[in-house]
Amino acid sequence: MSKFDEARQDPEDTKPDLARRRFFGTAAAAAAAATMVPGLSILPASARSPAEPVSDERRWGMLVDVNKCAEGCTACVDACHEENGVTHHGRPTTDPYWIRKVKLRDRMTNREYSMPLLCQHCEKPPCVDVCPTGASFRRADGIVLVDKHICIGCRYCMMACPYKARSFIHEPTTDQKPDVPRGKGTVESCTFCVHRVDAGGDQQPACAEACQAEGHEALVFGDLRDPESRLYRLLTEISSRQLREDLALNTGVRYHGI
Amino acid sequence: MKTVQYTEVKGWPTGYLAIVGVLGALIAVGLGAAYYMEHQGHWVTGMSNQVVWGMPHVFAIFLIVAASGALNVASIGTVFGKAMYKPLARLSGLLALALLAGGLAVLVLDLGRPDRLIVAMTKYNFRSIFAWNIFLYTGFMVIVGVYLWFMMEARMNRYSKTAGYAAFIWRLILTTGTGSIFGFLVARPGYDAAVMAPMFIAMSFSFGLAIFMLVLMASYRWTERPLGDAILGRLKNLLGVFVAATLYFVVLQHLTNLYAAEHHDFERFMLLEGGVYPLLFWGGFVLLGSILPMVLVWHPKFAGSRTVWGVASALVILGGLSQIYVVLIGGQAFPMEMLPGREIISSAFFDGVVAGYSPSLPEFLLGMAGVAIALIMVVFGVKVLRFLPVTLADEAVDPHATAKA
Repeated sequence: MSKFDEARQDPEDTKPDLARRRFFGTAAAAAAAATMVPGLSILPASARSPAEPVSDERRWGMLVDVNKCAEGCTACVDACHEENGVTHHGRPTTDPYWIRKVKLRDRMTNREYSMPLLCQHCEKPPCVDVCPTGASFRRADGIVLVDKHICIGCRYCMMACPYKARSFIHEPTTDQKPDVPRGKGTVESCTFCVHRVDAGGDQQPACAEACQAEGHEALVFGDLRDPESRLYRLLTEISSRQLREDLALNTGVRYHGI
Repeated sequence: MKTVQYTEVKGWPTGYLAIVGVLGALIAVGLGAAYYMEHQGHWVTGMSNQVVWGMPHVFAIFLIVAASGALNVASIGTVFGKAMYKPLARLSGLLALALLAGGLAVLVLDLGRPDRLIVAMTKYNFRSIFAWNIFLYTGFMVIVGVYLWFMMEARMNRYSKTAGYAAFIWRLILTTGTGSIFGFLVARPGYDAAVMAPMFIAMSFSFGLAIFMLVLMASYRWTERPLGDAILGRLKNLLGVFVAATLYFVVLQHLTNLYAAEHHDFERFMLLEGGVYPLLFWGGFVLLGSILPMVLVWHPKFAGSRTVWGVASALVILGGLSQIYVVLIGGQAFPMEMLPGREIISSAFFDGVVAGYSPSLPEFLLGMAGVAIALIMVVFGVKVLRFLPVTLADEAVDPHATAKA
């Protein structure tokens, strides 16, 4: 050992760390058990291992019940932006929105209502079609994402999206959330909180959770292919519509009450 | 027909160095602007989450469209066998390459991540018309490069007709691809129309020829070479036809929209109430960029006036920039209707309202750098290689001869 290394060596480090040894011992045993015992997993029951590909046995979707969406409430927007580290700079035209509240009026009846707008997670997303590098992509389970490593920032997807669901990052990003990479010069949009969804369990996107916590329950997230899911049952019981139905994009987000 | 003799621009006249200096300065300033926008992030530009493509794209699309049109002069000689145009073919090819390079430079430098250009070159989504365009642009460079080589290398002359055909077909596909960038956008009322492709082809004929005429007149004046009225007269008549063709497709686009009730609001915005967009459309594109140039090139009163033809060409260019601005920015500024029959009365994200856009200085400077890149390539090209015929005097060009290969 060189003098330099000796100088850096903490005397405490030379003592055996028994707690560390115990931890490694337990972890090794768990790993061995997981390898040898079929079906045993340390992840929650419904979670997918990171090595396992996403399958199309599920299609994640959301129902927005406009009748339950409270005017003036921005809990979904706030929760989304907090969860995903989406920050604003006081510049409304360039500040990003992954979800936003809009107020509409029926031109004939003058009925007014408010509702959230977000990425509609289309089955045939125009943003994915037009992306030159394939950075915009749709997972087999229906979640439309941007691969931040190969987005070149051309913004063609923003031209193509019928819902104006995407934002371009107009300034350097700081204090990012570990699960949600963002970067200046790339495009981003709602991910259905894919990091939560992939973690499994009962986790749902931050917006839906926040809406529930507010007692509105206007946003119901779930598996569009699971007849047992609450989302599926609601969609069979009440009428719902897609935004821009004329484009036949088969959106994953449906609206009731519009 | 006499053998055409081509020479480089001889010596280093002060005027030449001055042009290089001015263009070099424009490029340096434009690169500085691109660095500033990239470094700070795009919030320093006029572009936003509502108007995502701005002034740089106006310049880039204009230059790319004009590039394919600038090649037309060569195609008329090679493909359509008009002998009179053959001496102009080399300059036509050079200008086409230069304009495309200038346009692409602007496009690439405005990317959010210009450092990832290699990604755009290695990862492709073939459903994207943008991805096809990457091949169409690089292919155009290669084909026109080979075409120029075949024309300029005596041993390869016999293949130049084949290369000319390939270049002509390729350029039609290329402009179809550029127009389809908008034609394939299903979401926005201003786009989503097959007519975009032929309209862009007509625009390319017109803008490309206008630029070619100005470059031709300037290079012959500055190099003090004879340029007869016979050839310019042909070109200016053709310019009038191309301007009329462009106008035809633009009228067709608006008439089709006006017929459909769903597009009435959009047309009212673009043609009447949209502020700067109707102004640029009627004043810039229709009046100054189309009707006035047609009068200038065809009215007997202006016969033989090169200044007037030069003004007509410049007006076509300004009208072209106006038209691209209107199509590109106006198409984004008009709000998308997500729920027919309902109007959005409030939104934090500017839904349901006309999006504002004021081009910033850096955007404009980047666009001008694209123009300068194109021009400096031409200036450099004619200096080092034999692009310009020694004379284009009337007696040297025979309008009645037929091209041989």
